[in-house]
Amino acid sequence: MAAITTGVHHRSYESELRLRHTTAARVRLALAIVALVAIPFAASPFWLSVLDRIGIAVIGAIGLNILTGYTGQISLGQGGFLAVGAYTSGLLVAQYGLPTLLAVVAAVVFTALVGAFFGLPALRLKGLYLAIATLASQFIIIWVVRNWDAVTGGTASLVVPVPELFGFQLSSNFRWYWVILACAALATMVARNLFRTGIGRAFMAIRDQDIAAEAIGVDLTRYKVLSFAVSSGFVGLAGALTAHWRLIVTWERFTLDVSILYLAMIIVGGLGSILGSIYGAAFMVAVPAAIDRVGETLQGSFIDRQLPAIQLGVFGVVIVLFLILEPRGLARIWQRMKDYFRLWPFRY
Amino acid sequence: MTTFVQLTITGLANGAVLALAALGFVLIFKATGVINFAQGDFLLVGAFAVWSFVVQVGLHWTVAVAAALVLAVVLGVLIERLVLRPMIGEDPVAVIMVTIGLAAVLQAAVQMIWGVTPRRLPEFIPHGVFRLGDVTIPQDRVFAVLIAAVVLAAFSVFFTRSRHGIAMRAVADDQQAALLQGISVRRIFAMAWALAAVSAVIGGTLLANLTGVSGTITEIGLLVFAVVIVGGLDSIPGAIVGGAIVGLLQQYTAGYIGGGLQQVVPFVVLVLILLVRPYGLFGEVRIERV
Repeated sequence: MAAITTGVHHRSYESELRLRHTTAARVRLALAIVALVAIPFAASPFWLSVLDRIGIAVIGAIGLNILTGYTGQISLGQGGFLAVGAYTSGLLVAQYGLPTLLAVVAAVVFTALVGAFFGLPALRLKGLYLAIATLASQFIIIWVVRNWDAVTGGTASLVVPVPELFGFQLSSNFRWYWVILACAALATMVARNLFRTGIGRAFMAIRDQDIAAEAIGVDLTRYKVLSFAVSSGFVGLAGALTAHWRLIVTWERFTLDVSILYLAMIIVGGLGSILGSIYGAAFMVAVPAAIDRVGETLQGSFIDRQLPAIQLGVFGVVIVLFLILEPRGLARIWQRMKDYFRLWPFRY
Repeated sequence: MTTFVQLTITGLANGAVLALAALGFVLIFKATGVINFAQGDFLLVGAFAVWSFVVQVGLHWTVAVAAALVLAVVLGVLIERLVLRPMIGEDPVAVIMVTIGLAAVLQAAVQMIWGVTPRRLPEFIPHGVFRLGDVTIPQDRVFAVLIAAVVLAAFSVFFTRSRHGIAMRAVADDQQAALLQGISVRRIFAMAWALAAVSAVIGGTLLANLTGVSGTITEIGLLVFAVVIVGGLDSIPGAIVGGAIVGLLQQYTAGYIGGGLQQVVPFVVLVLILLVRPYGLFGEVRIERV
């Protein structure tokens, strides 16, 4: 790259379709990989568990972003879909003795099916009506989980055995880190490539103008249901990982608050941006954890006593501020920072 | 038969309170086209404010409710000015998410100020029962129905008779046309949020009388969605009928089927109504089909 470039110019379709266009982008990717490999060796046990949670949240946030950010279908049912994934995988292992890997795959498929079913209202509804319909699906799913005693064990918690993968007992956060990192990397790559295919482009066309999309030959019915299914598949993976990582599944982990937390992640990170989902998930998991840490060091103080309330309040304030001040989220802020340095000393 | 009458009466009484809780929601949607996910938290704030003024400050309950109403007006106007006004003209999905964020902030504020312990409002509505043969009717519910009826009637008159009410409907119908008539759309928006907060104080206080002052109120606030979807998002009569339908449904399922099914029935009905008749029983038919 020359000292001063006027932008990235493509001379062929292959070059435009490439995921990374510049040397700088490739260098950043290499640095990120080095950092991701090095971090677990330096992190304390507490932050290692936070990293694991971030990894799981990244998968869930990418899933929600596919639906809300890329296809424009708001969903308040994220918590419910996470529960479907967690219970499916947890039950298959704990009750029926399936290998963990198989159970997780089954959970992904089953959650995708459930998501497609609850996505059916999206065929006739959009915007605020869809938000209310998905809110209802959240309550219906959690109600089923709590009351279907014979299968889910009702309000009692489901205990999952420590999983084994390729002969390794996944008993420490350190070992889990690599598994979760691999899953998150896979999810990122699948999602990133999805939007280079016809399916992904169809999703974005629906978001930008559904009627125009229909006019140019996008089958709305098919792609809306497909978007719910694909998104729920990711969410199911996140749910299944939560179940095996925590070794315990209770319905309280999948309430409406969780749906809101995930919405906050993609708003803060950036709607319609895979990288944004990662930033948002990291932000929304790491900040409460940091507040937690501060609370612990200040035992008995105001912050310690009010911890849950402060965390909830921070979510709310962050959602409101980002929507008002930077609706395109951290991904956009990062883009502006890159542009600033790339164009320096010129403003634009 | 006795059971049926008993369930019907309780259902209708709950329905009246639900309708009142839904009123603020309908007000905001009617005037500004915003779906307010924070309505349940408005109810909670209202209930806690009244509790605070009665128990902690020691005011007479009439004064306490009046003070809470003033507080509600201030809060409503502030929220509109700081949070909703910058969002005018944005994507409806973004506006919905802003109200979700607002709900989280309000909930956190309630937890920080008042904690999570459920409180009891001192009784200022008689708590005895009327007897009609085998059927018992709790007096507090009768009063709740009466108060709800008065407030709902007052708001109906406001919308059909008063200048401001008519201006509000004009804004709801077409903002630019309303501006051309010399109506200040901004002031109408602020007024809608203030009125919604006011109705939430009354609704929250009545709910607090039936259930105590606690997070349960927020959960009941979520039932509001079922009420307004059944009745129609922008219709006050719809809110009343929707409230009655949801109240009755819950009581009948609890009485005849049981098993906690009454918690989920309103939401199942909600989805069905959305699929068949998204504008509800009385709502204006304006939904966009896709």
